[in-house]
Amino acid sequence: MRSLPILMSGLLLGLFGVLGAGLVGMSHEATAERITRNEREALLHQLHVLVPEDQIDNDILSDVIRISDPELLGTESTLVYRGRRADQAIAAVYSPVVTQGYSGSIQLIIAVRVDGTLAGVRVLSHRETPGLGDKVEVERSPWVLDFDGKSLLNPVTNEWKVRRDGGVFDQFTGATITPRAVVRGVHATLLHFAKHKPRLFEIGTPPAEKHDG
Amino acid sequence: MDDGYSKIALDGLWNNNQALVALLGLCPLLAVSNTLVNGLGLGLATTLVLTLSNASVSLIRNWVRPEIRLPVFVLIIASFVTTVELVMNAYFHGLYKVLGIFIPLIVTNCAIIGRAEAFASRNPLPRALVDGLSIGIGFTLALVVLGGSRELIGQGTLFDGAHLMFGELARDWRWSIGEAYPGILLAILPPGAFIGLGMLIALKNIIDKRLSGRKPALVGDAEPAGA
Repeated sequence: MRSLPILMSGLLLGLFGVLGAGLVGMSHEATAERITRNEREALLHQLHVLVPEDQIDNDILSDVIRISDPELLGTESTLVYRGRRADQAIAAVYSPVVTQGYSGSIQLIIAVRVDGTLAGVRVLSHRETPGLGDKVEVERSPWVLDFDGKSLLNPVTNEWKVRRDGGVFDQFTGATITPRAVVRGVHATLLHFAKHKPRLFEIGTPPAEKHDG
Repeated sequence: MDDGYSKIALDGLWNNNQALVALLGLCPLLAVSNTLVNGLGLGLATTLVLTLSNASVSLIRNWVRPEIRLPVFVLIIASFVTTVELVMNAYFHGLYKVLGIFIPLIVTNCAIIGRAEAFASRNPLPRALVDGLSIGIGFTLALVVLGGSRELIGQGTLFDGAHLMFGELARDWRWSIGEAYPGILLAILPPGAFIGLGMLIALKNIIDKRLSGRKPALVGDAEPAGA
């Protein structure tokens, strides 16, 4: 007879577990579609800032490949969105991660035009110091716009650095590590593009699954 | 406890303000109060969860056995927080991205389980609702004042990012001291939150002292909340 209250309590607790899970399940069901759409729209908006809508006519969000080049692009696999117009390649948008930031990794999107020049760079997320390293955000400082139009040959390789290291890109007062990391990441992406460009726009199988020796 | 709703409301908003008197919910309070809009967003989300959880706890107070009431409260609060998180992600995507990891942290806001245990589980639905609302609004006000002053001192603006919450029209609400304002980094960084909260508590105590000088009986004792 003593175990009855315990059993009751257990059942009651179980009931609340089921009710809670039901509530969460229902709200997930009701919002999942909208959340996916929000995320797609937010990403599309970001991509269109770098590769304007009127320059391409394909669905850039679906024209995506997954490539693997951890050495240059930071993570095991990186997504590359490809913009085309009338089936001609226009630009590739990389989403690499830079790991040498001041605190944690910095997620970038980098758009490279088919001629090898940069259409633009944006920082998607980072954990750099507010007021110092966060000037890499375009909302806080125009610094990141300096990359527009740059390419592997402009400036030349040993000038693809921040000023303090003898390069052409500004650092921030009190924060050199963050811009240095971003510059390095952008340069690495350009190197990857130069090496793999012929296969990058191929439709079908991802071009760079192999590891470079 | 047969006092009226106005006492419950006044307690929640001022006398027993969870942020300034009970010092509960400090984790989200300190982390998210770097701008006015962030504070308002988290405050409203907390208010919603608090009201919902107070209401449900009050409804079930008579048939949940005492030995399992805490796990049941936790389940209720966690479910509501997850729901609020999903709804926010769906309808205020921009703000959701800013508040990000702090929404799930509402679960750890001791003020919520504190009110469930100390008030809602002993009071009928209408009183629990009023308590949830006023405690939530009191917490929101503290967040907004702290967020607003940190934003003003730290980056010289107010309502920065209001469009994330109120739509594109609200972009014009942003008010700035002037582009030349250099900004005081300390106010934005975590220490600024502690200093700011300390100032607010001091300010509240000064006001209370003035008030009690005039009408000695007005200031009630802060009831200790659980957790």
